[in-house]
Amino acid sequence: MAQIELDGIERIFTLGDSQVHALHAVSVSIEAGEYVAVMGPSGSGKSTMLNLLGLLDHPNAGTYRLEGRDVTTLSPDEQAEVRRSRIGFVFQSFHLVPRLTAAENIALPLMLAGVNLAERAKRVARALKDFGLESRAGHRPDELSGGQRQRVAIARATIMRPAMILADEPTGNLDRATGQDVTALLEELNASGVTLIVVTHDPVMGSRARRQLLMEDGALVQDLNVARQAAPA
Amino acid sequence: MSPADTLRFATRAALGYPLRTALMVLAMSIGVAAVVVLTALGDGARRYVINEFSALGTNLIIVLPGRTATGGLGLGNLITSTPRDLTVRDAEALLRAPLVTRIAPLSVGNSEIAYGGRLREAMAVGTSADYLAIRDFHMAQGQFLPREDLGRASAVAVLGATLRDELFGAEAAVGRMIRVGDRRLRVIGVLQKSGQALGMNTDELVFVPVATAQAMFNTNTLFRVIIEARSRDALTPAKRQLEDIMRGRREGELDVTLITQDAVLGTFDRILGALTLGVAGIAAISLAVAGILVMNVMLVAVTQRTGEIGLLKALGATGSNIRLAFLTEAALLSLAGAFTGLGLGHLGAWGLRLAFPILPAWPPDWAVFAGLGTALSTGILFGVMPARRAARLDPVQALAKR
Repeated sequence: MAQIELDGIERIFTLGDSQVHALHAVSVSIEAGEYVAVMGPSGSGKSTMLNLLGLLDHPNAGTYRLEGRDVTTLSPDEQAEVRRSRIGFVFQSFHLVPRLTAAENIALPLMLAGVNLAERAKRVARALKDFGLESRAGHRPDELSGGQRQRVAIARATIMRPAMILADEPTGNLDRATGQDVTALLEELNASGVTLIVVTHDPVMGSRARRQLLMEDGALVQDLNVARQAAPA
Repeated sequence: MSPADTLRFATRAALGYPLRTALMVLAMSIGVAAVVVLTALGDGARRYVINEFSALGTNLIIVLPGRTATGGLGLGNLITSTPRDLTVRDAEALLRAPLVTRIAPLSVGNSEIAYGGRLREAMAVGTSADYLAIRDFHMAQGQFLPREDLGRASAVAVLGATLRDELFGAEAAVGRMIRVGDRRLRVIGVLQKSGQALGMNTDELVFVPVATAQAMFNTNTLFRVIIEARSRDALTPAKRQLEDIMRGRREGELDVTLITQDAVLGTFDRILGALTLGVAGIAAISLAVAGILVMNVMLVAVTQRTGEIGLLKALGATGSNIRLAFLTEAALLSLAGAFTGLGLGHLGAWGLRLAFPILPAWPPDWAVFAGLGTALSTGILFGVMPARRAARLDPVQALAKR
């Protein structure tokens, strides 16, 4: 059984009178621990796909099985619970809460999950250490560099030890060097067993993934598994 | 999300926008302060009036001649329509009512009072020995009017404190002869200072036996008869007994009016209570306005923090988590406003008491609770809509907004 199974997913947006087929007959299955890049031009439906995978959006038709469980029919609160415990999000614009410190931002998912204060402090301290943010714990996002902000965001995404990380253009707002650091960080997490799904239109970043899904006009046009081919040096 | 976390999160959110929060708290506090100050003013006026009346004693019945009433054709009003005099004999008869403990007839008039070379205008009050106890006056020197037959016009007088000072200065007053109107009277006592009661300064009165006053003013009728009932509860039955006695003396016709202290007090109490409620209502309007302000501020907060709400949803916050966080924030703003307002209000009431010492301007307890309650409930009530809007935000669109 694959970790993620999408079957015949349709997503239609109604804009005024016209209907836009954001996703059309998308079927794909992703195993636990895979490293997948979703690529394609703007408007190809890759972000919609990521939102669907993250249970932020609902398909109009088709089924989405996460770890063998049909999650499309869950109630909003049950979906929130799945997002909280199984899914970590990393966004292009970081999405840190500006009035909270780095440590508090990282602790947000723990707070939402109702983890007690002592346990929270312990896990946040470990995360800060793991991501090299110890000296920045008490700083607010506007006092952090772009790379540090994204590291805080990744620490936050992983604090609940999710099964998968969904990253939407994680390096889009970063310069090249920092972008590479962040990519390396994400790949490290993937190496420890977490499924990593990255949406990007940066071919360099995409090419690093072992599996590349190419989308066009809401349809999956290519599913390239680099791992089976000769891995580049 | 635990309640403590919700509270902490909402507090951080409120403090995260200090100007907005300060303005909000200010608006709410003005509303609450207005309620507190205005009710303090209204209730102060009420208490002032009641105190004035209570100075007279609370179990008193006042009898005055004449009656404003629509009566049928009776033997009494067939012969004459003018009210009969209320006489000293009537007053004596009233004392026979079982529930009555004391009576004091009153005959009042302006006259001249002179001692040595000094002359001044003073109000002379003709009454009896029991007046002292009924009004709860105390003697400074000498004694009050002697207990004697009400028809006896003894040539004695009792002076109010101010009158004594002005006529005698440093001299002893008791035992001296003074002239009141065309009579020479011996001063037998001086009252202690007691101050203003019902607009009449007792310290400037001269008290003489009722018969003396009647002779002085050449009248048979009494101005009032003040009657003390056994207790406050006995007022109503005592009033009935008094009416029966008066009817018996007037061939079945009741041509006097009986006023109980309670009735007068009750009327003032009701009028001023309504007034207080009225001003409280007006002040409460400002609270409603503050409530709408809370709603506006919270709606702006939802728009401002759309991205954050989307993020919280992505991190696994349920709709109720978010609703509760925003509602808590609105409640905190109202609470802060309410307590600031309470402080400001008490400060205002204190200022009022300082400026008008005779007015006991304390806000009534009910007004304080009503003010706080209204502030909190409007804040929360008007916070519901923005909180629901926040909870319903579509996470995808919320995240797209930056």
